[in-house]
Amino acid sequence: MPEPKVRKFLTVVEEIRHEGGPVADQPLLRGAALAVIENPFAGAYHEDIAGFMKDLEPLGLEMATRLIKSLGGDRAAIQGYGKGAIVGQGGELEHGALWHVPGGYAMREALGDAKAIVPSTKKVGGPGTRLDVPVTHINASYVRSHFDAMEVGVPDGPRANEIVLALVMTTGARIHARVGGLKAEDIKGEDGLR
Amino acid sequence: MSAEIRKIAVFVEETCLEMGQVISPPTRKAAAVAVIRNPFAGRFEADLTELMDIGAELGGLLGRKCVEALGIAPSEAESYGKAALVGENGELEHAAAILHPSLGKPLREAVEKGAALVPSSKAMGAPGTVLDIPLGHKDAAYVRSHFDGMRVMINDAPRANEIMVAVAVTDSGRPLPRVGGLEAAEIEGRDGLR
Repeated sequence: MPEPKVRKFLTVVEEIRHEGGPVADQPLLRGAALAVIENPFAGAYHEDIAGFMKDLEPLGLEMATRLIKSLGGDRAAIQGYGKGAIVGQGGELEHGALWHVPGGYAMREALGDAKAIVPSTKKVGGPGTRLDVPVTHINASYVRSHFDAMEVGVPDGPRANEIVLALVMTTGARIHARVGGLKAEDIKGEDGLR
Repeated sequence: MSAEIRKIAVFVEETCLEMGQVISPPTRKAAAVAVIRNPFAGRFEADLTELMDIGAELGGLLGRKCVEALGIAPSEAESYGKAALVGENGELEHAAAILHPSLGKPLREAVEKGAALVPSSKAMGAPGTVLDIPLGHKDAAYVRSHFDGMRVMINDAPRANEIMVAVAVTDSGRPLPRVGGLEAAEIEGRDGLR
């Protein structure tokens, strides 16, 4: 399989200072890197698709690197992550599932030693479709303050024969997190859960 | 009185491929959007000076954010635009007060020069409403390859008492311009038109 054909990249970074409560000393950064790629399987059913996961790895790494750069460049500042895919209507949901392995690999590779599973979502949709990408703590999925999500989308993608790939990272807890649960400073960070 | 900013979102869109044609170098456009409290939400106020001052403050801040996100020198900016989206407890005139009297001068400083009118649009909207920011060449409004637009949205803004203020800056025109007209290389850049 040839390398993925990227039509466009979109990065979005939100700097959140408050949400009606006290203004944070340090704003929360929440960012997404999106790539609109050609879906090599669009238009027909293909039994054998799994090889494309390997082909997506370098692109995933490039997206993760771009995202860390647009979040300030310090990978140690990243505390939450998530990933997702929007498959154009000429493809099937299973094509979005191809992003699970390379998307996760890319962020772990770029961030160093992240322990937790990367939460994910995917759907089939047309240009402008929005996707709510779930976010959890990079080392312990149960950290309640870091359960978050970022809505992403590309105005002119995915076309029918395209897939939008998404990576999301955050630099901290929700801006006014106050519903208890496991705290980031209390995690053991061994099993990826607590 | 300075703007009370809840969040700032920065978008960078990079087009590498369109209709099978490789775009080299890729065309790139950036938008920076501030979500601010509307000081006049829910009441009629004849004197909109406060919003004009906010426009002056945001023109520079958002223009610099765009240039920084593109990673270019200010002189390398090619086109620009501005727009505002007013939450339901405000009025369209609030957008006009921010955009028209004072936002342009500091924006022009952020991109150097800027002889041309800054194209603009304004609308009322709810959280998640799409805002289209018009784009035109910064030194000569008639450059046809640079007539464009950039689409932004923020899922949680503008709330009823908020305004979204947006500035867009590019380092290029459309990906595949081929409808003739005045070209960027031909401009005089004195009157802002040609």
